Amino acid sequence: MLELLQQPWPWYVAGPLIGLTVPALLLVGNKALGISSSLRHVCAACVPAGIPFLTYNWRAEIWNLVFVLGIALGGFIGYRLLGHPDVVGISAATVRDLKAEMHLTDFTGLLPRELFALDNLANWKGWVFLVLGGFLVGFGTRYAGGCTSGHAISGLSNLQWVSLVAVIGFFAGGLLMTWVIYPMMF
Amino acid sequence: MKYVKYLVLGALFGIILTKSEVISWWRIQEMFRFQSFHMYGVIGSAILVGMVSIQLIKRNRLKSLDGELITLADKKYNHGTWIGGTIFGLGWALTGACPGPLFAQIGTGVGVGAVAVLILAALAGTWTYSALRDKLPM
Repeated sequence: MLELLQQPWPWYVAGPLIGLTVPALLLVGNKALGISSSLRHVCAACVPAGIPFLTYNWRAEIWNLVFVLGIALGGFIGYRLLGHPDVVGISAATVRDLKAEMHLTDFTGLLPRELFALDNLANWKGWVFLVLGGFLVGFGTRYAGGCTSGHAISGLSNLQWVSLVAVIGFFAGGLLMTWVIYPMMF
Repeated sequence: MKYVKYLVLGALFGIILTKSEVISWWRIQEMFRFQSFHMYGVIGSAILVGMVSIQLIKRNRLKSLDGELITLADKKYNHGTWIGGTIFGLGWALTGACPGPLFAQIGTGVGVGAVAVLILAALAGTWTYSALRDKLPM
């Protein structure tokens, strides 16, 4: 049993469990799954700066911040306590393409060290991956009114056509980066 | 104490995200290159299970633990839905992370410095959106 927990979980185990988080949050406290809102609550709590969109009773949303804290705890348990392989088992085709197109050589870890090392902040690519990348995630999710959890999982589960539009946007942006902008950067 | 249940659910959610490797930049690249079914399987089966669950909750008019009738607000459309969605998609492919995975990543302790920068940058993005909101197309 422990050995099974330690290996990476296949999609047909992880996907349904992620789906069950939606009714679990509803049944436990009538809460809708959504994670990007936590970024707004942190801004509202720490630097509201008189901005109307950040002036609201964020204390009513503390559950969301606790949930996010739990996710970090889960990351620790899942990775450190349950163990992990040195290399994420992506397809041979992806490895080949990333070697050829992005000149990556170190495939260990969750993120390519060659792109996400702090030392990279000395050059423009580091700023693009670390700073601009994070910024676009925070800006875009709030502008869209949700992220992969709030729109893709929660929203589509509740048959919201608005969420379908958002998810199409997510993929349009991701494909544009992967197929058009990356080839220009490397 | 009333928040403990959210901490537990969050931890379970974080374990699933981590063990299925969806918090990995490599997996997101594999997805956007259509070279594996993994991410599509995870997201697709999650939506399917969520959909059936929500239907069951709605049809049986289930109540939450504190006795409230469970309700789900409709998402409202504005142009930000697709503009913001596309902006997030660009960031998703760059960082290999949506907000949930960012928090799970910091918990794994791998590259904490880099992930901390990503989270601070994401907070800066949300703050900037909040400040510019009135001037953006909606």
